[in-house]
Amino acid sequence: MIKFMKKFVNRIFKNFFKKRKQLKIGLYGPPNGGKTTLANKICQDWLGEDMGLVSNVAHETREIQIKEQINIKSGNKELSFSLVDTPGIATKIDYEDFLKKGIKEKDAKKRAKEATRGVIDSIKWLDKMDIVVVVLDSTKDPYSQVNITIIGNLAARDIPVLIIGNKVDLKKSNLKKIKNAFPQYEVVGISAKKGNNIDKMYEAMFALAE
Amino acid sequence: MGLTLQFIPYVEIETLSSIGRIRKILNAVKDDKIVLLEGRLKKEEEAELIKVTMEEINADFKGIELAVIYPETTSVDFIKKVKHGVVSLLMGDRSGLTIIGPASIVKEIKKDPNKIQLLTKDAKIKKKSTKKKKKRR
Repeated sequence: MIKFMKKFVNRIFKNFFKKRKQLKIGLYGPPNGGKTTLANKICQDWLGEDMGLVSNVAHETREIQIKEQINIKSGNKELSFSLVDTPGIATKIDYEDFLKKGIKEKDAKKRAKEATRGVIDSIKWLDKMDIVVVVLDSTKDPYSQVNITIIGNLAARDIPVLIIGNKVDLKKSNLKKIKNAFPQYEVVGISAKKGNNIDKMYEAMFALAE
Repeated sequence: MGLTLQFIPYVEIETLSSIGRIRKILNAVKDDKIVLLEGRLKKEEEAELIKVTMEEINADFKGIELAVIYPETTSVDFIKKVKHGVVSLLMGDRSGLTIIGPASIVKEIKKDPNKIQLLTKDAKIKKKSTKKKKKRR
């Protein structure tokens, strides 16, 4: 009962302030799921510019990146928001993994240190989000505890969630597995790199914001 | 090298604060033990565990591998669900099992609805070497 009342008051407060402040949509997920590639796609579509650098090496985004005032349109609908691209959340970071990717030891250690701070910031920023788009690599196992912890924390905070199964253009992609793992959420399969099914994602974002 | 498993019954953490629970788990994990915790942490505590882990990563401690095995409740009837909810509210969520191990030892914890696979770094090496031997034949 107390939990229900808390959620009710939170929702009233959120709706009250939502009208006054810019809606914040966060991109969350494990490293290398394609959060920044998706952020770049959204920014290219509506602002004509990129948001951040992408790389095959995990933890390329190590700081919170914000793009203010993005206006997306679909038919008569319009949605204005700030897009927050967050560092990938992980439970372990080993600088030696970066060495294997050809990064020099000093830079690898620096990258690992920055990546740990990035994870902490991502978790701290959860409370600031109005909507979260969880970006998962659809070629990977969705049952990882990081995914479950992120989505569980969003549910506990009563933050609306959209799950994106990215990289559907790849042969190993298995969107059904993500849908089975999180049956209570809408899952949209996209390729942020190739732009497949992006319109469906925008529609789902409109639906969540309403 | 042998693996050390430490079982922590729920009674040992139920009276602890969130940070106390996290500290107890991390201390054991940093001592190279694989923790089997009866029940589960709260969602917020799981996120806090990741945060504290990140703060403590250094040359010796590379982080953790974490998995929560939780009984599926979707097929359970309504009365059992309510009963479970009331018991969890009063006594804490002691159903299921949480496995936490040091990333330097545990490579991956694979969860399947019916089984748990804990892959250690040594096991991976052994697997690779077995494959190589087979190829040589």
